[in-house]
Amino acid sequence: MSNPAETNKADHSRMTVSDNTAIQITSMNKWYGAFHVLRDINLTIYEGERIVVCGPSGSGKSTLIRCINRLEEHQAGDIFVDGIELSNDLKNIDKIRSEVGMVFQHFNLFPHLTILENCTLAPIWVRKVPRKEAEETAMHFLEKVKIPEQANKYPGQLSGGQQQRVAIARSLCMKPRIMLFDEPTSALDPEMIKEVLDTMIALAEEGMTMICVTHEMGFARQVANRVIFMDQGQIVEQNEPEEFFNNPKSDRTKLFLSQILGH
Amino acid sequence: MADLSYVRTEMVPEQAPPPSSVGVLGWLRENLFSGWFNVLLTLLSAAFITMILAAVLPWLFHSSWTAGSLNECRQQIAAAYGEHAEGACWAVIRERHLQLLFGFYPSELYWRPVLAFVVTFLALAPVLFPALPRKMLWGSVLVPFLVPWLLWGGTLWLPLTVLAGFGLGYVALRGVSGLAGGLGGVVAAAAVAVLWWLFLAGPVAQGAHALFPLGLEPVPSRQFGGFMLSITIGVVAITLSLPIGIVLALGRQSDLFILRTICVGFIEFVRGVPLITLLFVASVLLNYFLPPGTNFDIILRVIIMVTLFASAYMAEVIRGGLAALPKGQYEAADALGLDYWKAQRLIIMPQALKISIPGIVSTFIGVFKDTTLVSIIGLFDPIGLSNAIRADTNWNGIVWELYGFIALMFFVFCFSMSRYSMYLERKLQTERR
Repeated sequence: MSNPAETNKADHSRMTVSDNTAIQITSMNKWYGAFHVLRDINLTIYEGERIVVCGPSGSGKSTLIRCINRLEEHQAGDIFVDGIELSNDLKNIDKIRSEVGMVFQHFNLFPHLTILENCTLAPIWVRKVPRKEAEETAMHFLEKVKIPEQANKYPGQLSGGQQQRVAIARSLCMKPRIMLFDEPTSALDPEMIKEVLDTMIALAEEGMTMICVTHEMGFARQVANRVIFMDQGQIVEQNEPEEFFNNPKSDRTKLFLSQILGH
Repeated sequence: MADLSYVRTEMVPEQAPPPSSVGVLGWLRENLFSGWFNVLLTLLSAAFITMILAAVLPWLFHSSWTAGSLNECRQQIAAAYGEHAEGACWAVIRERHLQLLFGFYPSELYWRPVLAFVVTFLALAPVLFPALPRKMLWGSVLVPFLVPWLLWGGTLWLPLTVLAGFGLGYVALRGVSGLAGGLGGVVAAAAVAVLWWLFLAGPVAQGAHALFPLGLEPVPSRQFGGFMLSITIGVVAITLSLPIGIVLALGRQSDLFILRTICVGFIEFVRGVPLITLLFVASVLLNYFLPPGTNFDIILRVIIMVTLFASAYMAEVIRGGLAALPKGQYEAADALGLDYWKAQRLIIMPQALKISIPGIVSTFIGVFKDTTLVSIIGLFDPIGLSNAIRADTNWNGIVWELYGFIALMFFVFCFSMSRYSMYLERKLQTERR
């Protein structure tokens, strides 16, 4: 866990939450076989929100955000993303997926393609952007994550932190309206966590709607406008970060916070 | 307690390695004489190799190239190298090498298989070596129509009308897609093309030939033989088994129950049956099932069976590659909004095929060598011909020279495939491990 003091202080001037709904989840339930992983999830996320989802392992936090872009299928309830309902309609799913970027714990870069090709692949094949334009966009975002000089290398030649920043740039190249982060720093060495968090802070400062599953409580305090605590597949508590950390209401939250902050 | 603190005051500069660990001497030490057991093994191996060479080399070079029969060979060798000299009778290769290469193909038409071989290689070159210009691929597309015509001869109008079927299918695809959507277009294209090939292509080709006779002298399948036959069967089976294998492997992993069951059933059935059984089905049983009077070429039947056999093995090799891919690759492709086919084509298959290269090439090599099994159903591949040659009174009793030559030819082809696969693996190596 990184100390909040290590990361740059976030600039909140452009982090404004609008009244427009980005994601609407109502009475959503999901089972893995007979195991009830997500129970009665109700969640409304507005454009521009930075949400941190935390909780013990196995609490369903990753499953929750993976339901938002249909990497996991929910069995009951509704999910609307940008006003489009997630159903079995493949066209809707592909449309939502191209609007929702995702960053994974293990980066999942395509090892057979160069960094630049990783970033241009989806814009060219999904958005039908001309190759030249896609490459310019890719270089723009690679500069933003501060690794333009690695554009022609392969993912295997980069460090973990660099790979994760490429993964962020790859998602941004699709110009998504919402970004999902699934424990983006959990597989990284402590030295590299900061560079990835800085990239995420920069993204938040530009007003991106972000949902992050993370254990980086410093990041949550600085950037999030809402922290959601999950346990046993349910949303147990959600609040503004100050209130959440300083004055947790539920006993389960108190126990969790004491375990992760108390050393 | 002792003082545990230590501070280095001077950094050690880089130094050359000791001379005994580098150069020829270092290599010998490390690889041949690194311990008493290794020294023993080195000496034993050296003795073994010397023994083999001492027996084989004189046989190889105390040879006769000019004799007309095995007896004459023995006399020549005895005259030249002494009464008890053992020598190879290469004369049989000199006399029969054309037959081993072309079977009973008319000798004045040998240029046709040779040209077909060259053309096939030129067509494969841009596929095998990405450095060549991509435009060559357009030529490659025409080769499957050109090569059978060169080999079997007949009217030029037949390959042209077959090609026209694809053109008609394309027209139907464009026409109907606009009216009835993508799937309707594909169905219409397939229907138009198949109807054309089944009912119209033959008569149209005959009609055109009657008006403008253009063609080569036909050569019937029973005159095919030798390495030409092996290569024909091998190349077709190899090139077709890869795409069919990919489709089967994807089908086996599909979520669609019926499709998956069909693919699993096919793969398991074919893998559970010896190739020789399938070849017997091709040569004998198929005629019972086909309507009387249909003349379904024996080589075509064999090619179909060998291709199906190879495809089933290929499917399993590729499934292994697919299984080795981390789930995250599928998820990343999905999360970027790539649909199933794009994800397969751009993300999954390039990686799965790369992982499977050693297995794929092993299957290729296996298929090529398995073509010798056609000798059992009476086709004159090199093995079938060697039996025919050994039945000749002149060459009765000859073994090593004939099979050695055949083995050498197969080795050249298989070894090239193996080297090519290693080149490809090196070229595609993008991750540093």
